[in-house]
Amino acid sequence: MTREGRTYIVSAIVEHKPGVLYSVSNMFRRRGFNIETITVGASEQKDLARLTVTIKGDERMVEQVVKQLQKLIDVVKVSILDPEYTVTRELALVKISTLDTKVRSDVINYTEIFKGHVVDVAHDSLVVEITGDSDKINAFIELMKPFGLKEIARTGITALSRGMKSARME
Amino acid sequence: MVKMTGAKALIESLKRQKVEVIFGIPGGAVLPIYDVLYDSDIKHILMRHEQCAAHASDGYARASGRVGVCMATSGPGATNLVTGIANAYMDSSPIVALTGNVPRAFIGKDAFQETDIVGVTTPITKCNFQIKNAKEISKIVNTAFYVASTGRPGPVLIDLPKDTQTEVDDIEFDNGIILRGYKPNIEPHPLQIEKAVKLLVQAEKPVIIAGGGVITSGAPQELLALAELLVAPIATTLMGKGSVPENHPLSLGMLGMHGTITANKIVPEADVLLAVGTRFSDRSTGKVETFCRDAKIIHIDIDAAEVGKNIRPHVPIVADAKLALKAIYDRLIKSFNKNERSLWMNRIQEQKKQQAEMENKDGMTPPHLLVELRKILPQDAIITTEVGQNQMWSALYLKTYKPRTFISSGGLGTMGFGFPASLGAKVACPDVPVLDIAGDGSFIMTEQDLATSVSWNIPVTVIVLNNSVLGMVAQWQRMFYNRRYSAIDLGKIPDFVKLAEAYGAQGVRVGSPEEFIKAVKMAMKSEVTTVIDVPISSEQNVFPMVPPGAEIDKIMIG
Ligand SMILES: Cc1ncc(C[n+]2csc(CCOP(=O)(O)OP(=O)(O)O)c2C)c(N)n1
Repeated sequence: MTREGRTYIVSAIVEHKPGVLYSVSNMFRRRGFNIETITVGASEQKDLARLTVTIKGDERMVEQVVKQLQKLIDVVKVSILDPEYTVTRELALVKISTLDTKVRSDVINYTEIFKGHVVDVAHDSLVVEITGDSDKINAFIELMKPFGLKEIARTGITALSRGMKSARME
Repeated sequence: MVKMTGAKALIESLKRQKVEVIFGIPGGAVLPIYDVLYDSDIKHILMRHEQCAAHASDGYARASGRVGVCMATSGPGATNLVTGIANAYMDSSPIVALTGNVPRAFIGKDAFQETDIVGVTTPITKCNFQIKNAKEISKIVNTAFYVASTGRPGPVLIDLPKDTQTEVDDIEFDNGIILRGYKPNIEPHPLQIEKAVKLLVQAEKPVIIAGGGVITSGAPQELLALAELLVAPIATTLMGKGSVPENHPLSLGMLGMHGTITANKIVPEADVLLAVGTRFSDRSTGKVETFCRDAKIIHIDIDAAEVGKNIRPHVPIVADAKLALKAIYDRLIKSFNKNERSLWMNRIQEQKKQQAEMENKDGMTPPHLLVELRKILPQDAIITTEVGQNQMWSALYLKTYKPRTFISSGGLGTMGFGFPASLGAKVACPDVPVLDIAGDGSFIMTEQDLATSVSWNIPVTVIVLNNSVLGMVAQWQRMFYNRRYSAIDLGKIPDFVKLAEAYGAQGVRVGSPEEFIKAVKMAMKSEVTTVIDVPISSEQNVFPMVPPGAEIDKIMIG
């Protein structure tokens, strides 16, 4: 299910404790906002985590998302990242069946072109790690499809604003 | 620092919050707390259902403006609180709910009477906590009271695993609250005030909508001062009843689906609309897409998420209602040339006259009975209501003169709320008469707490507008479903007189308006709760009514 509109990246600093992810994701469900991707991990500040959510929608919806997030007591700070001033990255692990040795060398070649790494080698498969923005990962996956793509694991987008502009807690 | 158990730390912390009364029911998972209560000077009122404990604490909070406290055991005790918590959340009422839970080692193991009440109540509380150790109890209690009572008030739940209640540790009662993510924004932004003033100065037909936030923030005086300065009429929401005396010439009464004709006709004519402490609920706006389409809208609310949610205002002001109204007033009084607005006032007068002519009040009809009732009630009498026709008749025909004297389940529309809420209100305000205006269907939902009212000497008056049906549902089936009455006949209604007597309360049945008034006078003097059974026809509709989804000036009057 995708909504009309553009993709927004919402970055939130939240208390790093049990239940916070539940209350955040529950709010999205309850208000009918669709999460495209969500990532969460430690931030630069002790006891605080950074949560990165991408959502599709219009400006009015995103304004509500930000306000509803801010309303949650364990959410300390929320900002919308401007794509022009933001670095975004996603990581994917892609497993490809390589029974055919020709395929194996093709995959390795493509991996180099995409600046990825082969992180696991078995006699009948390879696991490739690929990092970049989502378009790059999509492109790599498309290329791998004819080769016998077995499994994909993607992290979802994480993001930081460029330069000194920050979404830290003041 | 003092060595004590978690249970003792809890009760001590509550005392430091000046808690005088807890509404609750004990059980296995809260035994250590009840053991401390045994010789505490905090009064515990034993209710007969946890839902009523929650509603009573809510009624206490709404009548007094202080935080209400309720308590239940784990599992079914905790889940029985849920309706009451959801109700308090929708109506922004400050309550703290305490629940026991299974010991820490059993959590997550589906132990006997374990319910994930923190998970269950996450979307219906401002925040909730599960206690991890006895040491943190005092800080969490302080935080809970702070969060419940500040900003946009609301319920907070504290879940205490049983072994945190018995754990002994060094307890510190520091009042420190660390909440990095909670900063209720209360000061209005001067630039926004400036913009609001600019609109109001130019307004020719200004209208104010006052919601429950005006009462919560203690702003009725500021509201009236501003309204009088601007010569702007005030319509209220259901929750806003009491924010302006309804006999004031600028009062239009309630707005919305069952609003007064005057409010519903005048509000859409506004050129500048000042909405304060309201969330523009569908019940007050009618069709939201066209609501006051041509007006410039100023929206004051302390909850930023409400501003822009249902209606996009031209001037959003995220602030405490009292501070914002005062700021606008102070700024206006310097420059505003008071204008009689005789055209606008004439229009309102004419509308009010038209309404008065249409109101036909006699016989054993609720409008007549309630108008007569109001005449004999002191201005500070507290009215609670159930839900359905009884509630809308009360909102329409019982004029409210003072804040916190009209207590009704607005957002959730919870049948069975009014009676336990009346008990809470009476505990908070023992010196004023408290009356629950009920429907027979609603009263039956929580009537068991007559036992509480009699045992604890909490005398209230319950007026059952007894139409033998689920009246409001019947009204909708009559109006919108071709009179296909489905599941609205309450069949064998209990004899409310005998029912009251069975509980040791007083019961009276009345057959005429005169008998009704006599019974109410007697009940208000009585030392014991009185149930007045008022048989009425089951065919009556509440009018005026705006059909769901229609614009609010599309009023049906019969
Ligand atoms: C707990 C609950 N259940 C169901 C409803 C749906 N409902 C709304 S009004 C109503 C009828 C109320 O009947 P009664 O209390 O007799 O009041 P009347 O409308 O007759 O005055 C019902 C069932 C509700 N609001 N609350």
